[in-house]
Amino acid sequence: MSVEATAEAAGALDASGPAAARRERFRLLLRSPTFLTGAFVILFWVACALFGQNFVPVDPYADDMMATLAAPSADHWFGTDALGRDVFSRVIIGSRDILTIAPLATLLGTILGTAIGLTVGYFRGLVDDTVSRLVDAVLALPLIIVALLALVAVGTSSVTVVIVIGLVFSPIIARTVRTAVMLERELDYVAAAKLRGENALYIMFVEILPNVMPPILVEATVRLGYAIFTVATLSFLGFGIQPPSADWGLAISESYGMINGGAWWTVLYDALAIASLVVAVNLVADAIHGVFET
Amino acid sequence: MTFTRVLLKRLLLSLVTLWLLSVLVFAGAQLLPGDVGRAMLGPLADAQAVANLNHKLGTDRPLLVQYWDWASHFALGDMGRSYNFDAPVWPFLGQALVNSLKLAAVAFVLVVPLSILGGVWAALNVGRPVDRIITVAGLSATILPEFVTGIVLILVFGVWLRWLPISASWPDGAGPLTQVYYLILPSIPLFLVLFGYIARMARAGMIEALDSDYTRTAVLKGLPWRTVLWRHVLRNALLPTITVVATQTGYLIGGLVVVEVLFHYQGIGGLIYNAAKGKDFPMLESGILTIGLIYTVATLLADMLYAALNPRIHFGASE
Repeated sequence: MSVEATAEAAGALDASGPAAARRERFRLLLRSPTFLTGAFVILFWVACALFGQNFVPVDPYADDMMATLAAPSADHWFGTDALGRDVFSRVIIGSRDILTIAPLATLLGTILGTAIGLTVGYFRGLVDDTVSRLVDAVLALPLIIVALLALVAVGTSSVTVVIVIGLVFSPIIARTVRTAVMLERELDYVAAAKLRGENALYIMFVEILPNVMPPILVEATVRLGYAIFTVATLSFLGFGIQPPSADWGLAISESYGMINGGAWWTVLYDALAIASLVVAVNLVADAIHGVFET
Repeated sequence: MTFTRVLLKRLLLSLVTLWLLSVLVFAGAQLLPGDVGRAMLGPLADAQAVANLNHKLGTDRPLLVQYWDWASHFALGDMGRSYNFDAPVWPFLGQALVNSLKLAAVAFVLVVPLSILGGVWAALNVGRPVDRIITVAGLSATILPEFVTGIVLILVFGVWLRWLPISASWPDGAGPLTQVYYLILPSIPLFLVLFGYIARMARAGMIEALDSDYTRTAVLKGLPWRTVLWRHVLRNALLPTITVVATQTGYLIGGLVVVEVLFHYQGIGGLIYNAAKGKDFPMLESGILTIGLIYTVATLLADMLYAALNPRIHFGASE
């Protein structure tokens, strides 16, 4: 690929260190149409989440019992739901909760997973075996089912959704980090640090961590895609974001029983909105993967 | 290492995984809620009623006793009694498994040949538009949540065109063909997710095999292209795909929860969902552990099938 060739050429010419390499990678990202498309859609939904409330035509939470399940019209561009709430306004601000919960869960999983991965990759041995078994056990169940079990057990709330998804992600991220750390720990700079008498914590977090950041970043963006997938699905199942939120998955859950009566507008726009966000995050993840893992 | 020893080691590891899983499931269902009686009756219930319920369910006993009781009975095939139906869990679970198996079978029968075909076709046309279309379409289908694709499918084929029923529950006494007819629409969201994964693996395997020395040798020694493809390329290319198909069973069951809820279908996913909604812990635990069991066995079988089909595999050498 020409992109990789450019990256290599830049790396060879540029002897001024990691900061320049990082700048070069971001320049490559900004020239990637995949990244730009994805980032544009994500930014659009972030902007809607932040400022949508101020410019939507109708109050998204106001119900109107005189106009329930109204078809799309000039008054209600996307129609109204079973409570007479304006679907257009709700779709616009519907990304608020998912765009808070999914990134927080990813962040939690990444931090925990990195800490675990650094530890088991560096020390190996018994710790490593134990953690690997645990990962296998967790991975033997689909994420949705683990989340369902945990949410039933401790009760559903946004905080528990974040914690559950974060905890399930952490061993998966830990595995990626572990693989990277096991390669790094054999290198000379680690041996040098050991000879200098640095302690294990210093070596793990100050010496090794910066060098395994690219795979962590790639893994985190991929996980963000899964987090959005999972939060949306949990909300659809009634175990995620709770009413009266305008969340898309929740909206579909509330309305899909009525589509046989013809009220397609109560679910279609929400479905398209979720699809656009999921695809956008995956485009960005794909572009980052392409630039960082060469 | 001999094959038997490898087999034993794999089996032992699977047992360890299952044991850990049972601990996790038990912890999730019995430990985390703290007071099971309270969780079932709600915060306003009378303390005496909660205590009575806990005693009746046996959830006032020490945890280790409860775990041993539950796990040993499960291992012997006794899954306990459902809290909500006040009846043994197994008949419900058995029926749900049969139903899910039907749905999964329809999805697999559709997806395995089509996705392998798609992957192979893409690999034979690397870089051409066909390849790009298959790759991009497969990838997009894979990342979308099942309920999103499902709802669009319901709208298009169930509500607008009225070609297919929007509920997967067939009328009583329906024959196999009618059942398949009812299962077509629900199987498509599963199909879409699986298609991307399997086609991608098949494509990657094909590209690697096409690029290999043995393929070049086969071509250069004058074998017809058809023979090269069937005897040399496909055989090697599709091996990793087998593993992917098996590991996707785990995913498939997760997808089943959503699809079965969306299409009102009484399968294992729907059962777990209803047990979760109704805080029916024995049903929930048994359902989840059964899924873990199925996944573990499927992975084990895939490993062995892979080893049996690939004479080059020497276990232990890579570990």
